[in-house]
Amino acid sequence: MFRYTKRTLLLEIVVVLAALALLMPFWILVTTSLKPGEEILTSAAIAPPKSPTLENFQTLLSPSSTASGQILNGLLSSLIITAGSIAGLVGLGSITAYVLIRSTSRWSRRAFYLFLVAIVLPTQLGVLPLYVGAQQVGLVGSRIGMILIYWGVLLPLAVFLYAGFFRELPRDYEESAMLDGASPFQVFTKVVFPLMGPATGTVAILAGLIVWNDFFTPLIFLNGSDAQTLPVVMYNFVGSLVSQWNLIFAVVLISMVPILIFYVFAQKKFIQGFSGGIKS
Amino acid sequence: MGLLIATVYLTTLSGAFFAFTDWSGVGSFNFIGLDNFRNIFQRTELLSSLANTLIFAFGFLVISNVLGLAFALALNRNLKTRYLLRTLLFMPVVLAPISVSYVWGFIFAFDGPLNQLLGSLGLTSLQHQWLAEPLLARGSILTVMIWQNIGFVMVVYLAGLATVPIEIEEAAALDGATRWQRLRLVVLPTIRPAVGIATTLTLIQGLRVFDQVMALTGGGPAGATETLATQVYKQTFAFGKFGFGAALALLLSLLILAFSVLQQLATRERA
Repeated sequence: MFRYTKRTLLLEIVVVLAALALLMPFWILVTTSLKPGEEILTSAAIAPPKSPTLENFQTLLSPSSTASGQILNGLLSSLIITAGSIAGLVGLGSITAYVLIRSTSRWSRRAFYLFLVAIVLPTQLGVLPLYVGAQQVGLVGSRIGMILIYWGVLLPLAVFLYAGFFRELPRDYEESAMLDGASPFQVFTKVVFPLMGPATGTVAILAGLIVWNDFFTPLIFLNGSDAQTLPVVMYNFVGSLVSQWNLIFAVVLISMVPILIFYVFAQKKFIQGFSGGIKS
Repeated sequence: MGLLIATVYLTTLSGAFFAFTDWSGVGSFNFIGLDNFRNIFQRTELLSSLANTLIFAFGFLVISNVLGLAFALALNRNLKTRYLLRTLLFMPVVLAPISVSYVWGFIFAFDGPLNQLLGSLGLTSLQHQWLAEPLLARGSILTVMIWQNIGFVMVVYLAGLATVPIEIEEAAALDGATRWQRLRLVVLPTIRPAVGIATTLTLIQGLRVFDQVMALTGGGPAGATETLATQVYKQTFAFGKFGFGAALALLLSLLILAFSVLQQLATRERA
């Protein structure tokens, strides 16, 4: 019925053109970061670089520049905090959701609602007292502190996503493992968790993206410390570079590369993760 | 469990409590009732950041949903390039809003690509200081927010469109329904849950806008792009008015809660 007609072809051309226009900022980002400073002033912004150079990246990353320490340190902080947050959210989230779903007691149902409500509770309000509390126990400006904060703030989301999957999981596997003499903990680690691959992927991708891209929380908790993540490093850095767009774009590109590489390889999972996480 | 209660519930409750005090973040404080809120509603710059927050949120909600739905409809079935385009259009979604904002900061710069384009088209009269004129600065920030989220909204709608049975659409087409009638009478009612999710999420995201403002204008020119979220940050951490910042945060939270509830009621399936 709905066949490929001339009108479809016309639509296809229009949509492709619209998409190209939307992707223009990426072209500008990459070409500008490959131009030397003078060329930015003399050439059109969308013109390709006359002789592409990695000079901007060298200026930023060469061991002699003060910037390189900050950027590499920011990269390291972002990696540690993101990895630590994901690990904890997968571990805590899966066990908590499993217990809440499999337990039939009344408190577990209530606890589950407590988690659900926490997802919609706006974080802005909690951030201020959290800051004072973290300051008192010496967790401001520390990577561990950040990881703990993300565990707390994102756990409701992780539990919610895992719960959706556990509900669909038939009990047969667990029961037969139990008959073979496995303890409840073994049932979880050896049987249930390995079956949860798709859920773990969704939690890791969503939580990882939120943590990696977050600017508000690390600005408050890490600004000025050695543990600043890349977005905060970038924010401070850009403030110090007045309109040196080639250098600014090199920093921006450095901060985007890890996630873009990841996206290129796992784009299907990303899109599924988002629509799956939303549907359940 | 304890972690959840400590980080989410206790902090939220104490945040709400401090909204009624004059605490500076250290030392003792006085309980001052509704003074903070009276203060908010008497200061024009705070009222205008409240107005900005609402403008951003609703502009973002409407435009990104219309564009996201349009792309989802276009890329749902027939086009040969649909898989490639879905992947490409989703790409901005995974990037940090702050990085994306810097790229657009260059595009809006006075000697940047946007003005260069207008110049080469001979439209020099349309060239502007995009981030330095109040109205245009708001539009620029809105543009960045929308640009980054079209792909996200599109994916939500694509997931919804997958549930529309093709037979019903075909039957409607055979009965002579136009494209627009099919969309309004067949497709939209079926994807009502997706509409609910997409509009709620964009509304909440719009109400919380922070990164784009900090990166592009810092709240200027003359406070024209200041939002509740940037004011919470500035009052609390730059000016050390902890209680006052908490009051602003409470106001923002109540807005978010109220609108999400309204949204749920408005898009809930009619029994």
